[in-house]
Amino acid sequence: MLKLPVYLDNNATTPMDPRVLEAMLPYFTEHFGNAASRNHPFGWEAEEAVDYAREQVAQLIGADPKEIIFTSGATEGDNLAIKGVYEMYASKGNHIITCVTEHKAVLDTCKHIEKSGGEVTYLKVQEDGLIDLKELEAAIRPTTILVAIMYANNEVGVIQPVRDISAIAKKHGVLFFTDATQAAGKIPVDVQKDGIDLLTFSGHKMYGPKGIGALYVRRKNPRVKVTAQMDGGGHERGMRSGTLNVPGIVGFGKACELCRLEMAQDAERIGKLRDKLEQNLLKLEEAYVNGNRQHRLPHVANISFKYVEGEGLLMGFNKNIALSSGSACTSASLEPSYVLKALGLGDDLAHSSLRFGLGRFTTEEQIDYTVEQVSNTVLKLREMSPLWEMFREGVDMNKIEWAHH
Amino acid sequence: MAYSDKVIDHYSNPKNVGTLDKSKKNVGTGLVGAPECGDVMRLQIEVDDATGMITDAKFKTFGCGSAIASSSLATEWLKGKSVDEAVAIDNMDIVEELNLPPVKIHCSVLAEDAIKAAINDYRKKNGLEELVFNEKAVH
Repeated sequence: MLKLPVYLDNNATTPMDPRVLEAMLPYFTEHFGNAASRNHPFGWEAEEAVDYAREQVAQLIGADPKEIIFTSGATEGDNLAIKGVYEMYASKGNHIITCVTEHKAVLDTCKHIEKSGGEVTYLKVQEDGLIDLKELEAAIRPTTILVAIMYANNEVGVIQPVRDISAIAKKHGVLFFTDATQAAGKIPVDVQKDGIDLLTFSGHKMYGPKGIGALYVRRKNPRVKVTAQMDGGGHERGMRSGTLNVPGIVGFGKACELCRLEMAQDAERIGKLRDKLEQNLLKLEEAYVNGNRQHRLPHVANISFKYVEGEGLLMGFNKNIALSSGSACTSASLEPSYVLKALGLGDDLAHSSLRFGLGRFTTEEQIDYTVEQVSNTVLKLREMSPLWEMFREGVDMNKIEWAHH
Repeated sequence: MAYSDKVIDHYSNPKNVGTLDKSKKNVGTGLVGAPECGDVMRLQIEVDDATGMITDAKFKTFGCGSAIASSSLATEWLKGKSVDEAVAIDNMDIVEELNLPPVKIHCSVLAEDAIKAAINDYRKKNGLEELVFNEKAVH
């Protein structure tokens, strides 16, 4: 029996894996110690648990445990990496390169840096969502200290050419930071092979708890440092003060371990379901996939259904299917997605898109149900859409003088 | 965002979806909004020339649930009204009837604009002077 509602918004957050919860529970009650308490068994137990989790987290991304700084999540990691590098390397330069489809946590941090006197280049993306490597290299100046490009995009799932990016950065002696929030745990991410200097990711996007994440900071070739953004007890090698969230860290560690062990089989199964969903929805006329389909996360599909409006479309089934018409971070606004607009979509197509985020607990039955519900709603709303009628009659909608308001 | 029951009802069972023959002299058509803004409404009225009464009204809307509900409600209200009475329909009546939240008030404004555009189209076709309306400031 299909249990409703169906959850297909795994890019916003994932349900916690029960095995993660089980690992965490003792650290709320029995083993409640402060990992920084050095003088009694409660502290020792907590420290041991944190050390173990640090290894689990490091292993997922091919890092050394000493290179893992625990944070409250990816937003904090983005802030700490970008502001921390900007402040630490101020004597070397003040220029940062990023791209327009980054998460708001990166873009707004960069805006902050511009206000405090830094310089930021925002690279455009091509129609498929990938950056142009030539443009990246051309943007590097003698004062450039950091390239900040996400591993994979949260709205369309497009995977950037991370190894090419890091090679260019290295060639020019510039540090490379990547927000891997959507990629880590879903596809192989390896800080050594990928040549990454700093990387952030978050527990709740990979079946772990909310409120915990990590920033990877390279210790060798080169040794990277960031200026702390919070003052306090000097935890996490002085880069992030604050009592460690021991249960969160334990859960995050367990989540990383499960992802590492099950990634290949999960990705294959989920990828097949995604392809099935996509193939069936593309049977509808005037439906388009947004973003590069080859270089893409296996669990994401972003599809525009022309001549129906995304919010109206969601209303047709959002009691039974949890989906998003954009990122959760911007869905409070009525503006169309800035990511889709950066891919060159007109406002009309950007208004007509749905983001499907599949996950570890998505079933084929749920996908079949979703295809049916979404297709029916698209057809129903098109019958109601004046634009669809015009399209059918061959009216050139670009020639209509729309009353812009 | 939670929608009111009335919005959900109009969205699920919209009244008067369709198209009237715009080549007929007694049919007035209003097309308002823009695809880029995420909503386009087309509202049509058919008028009995002898009595000046609106005998039929149809809509098609591209937009969110509130936009669909606003236009569906508008067609219900239009039927059986005289053209002069229809001019008096105010967007705030729609807001009240559908319990629209502040971020959706523009949907009701669009519906009012569509009514007025349809009436003016009808007047123009029938050699009457177009009415001048003050712009609503809500957009």
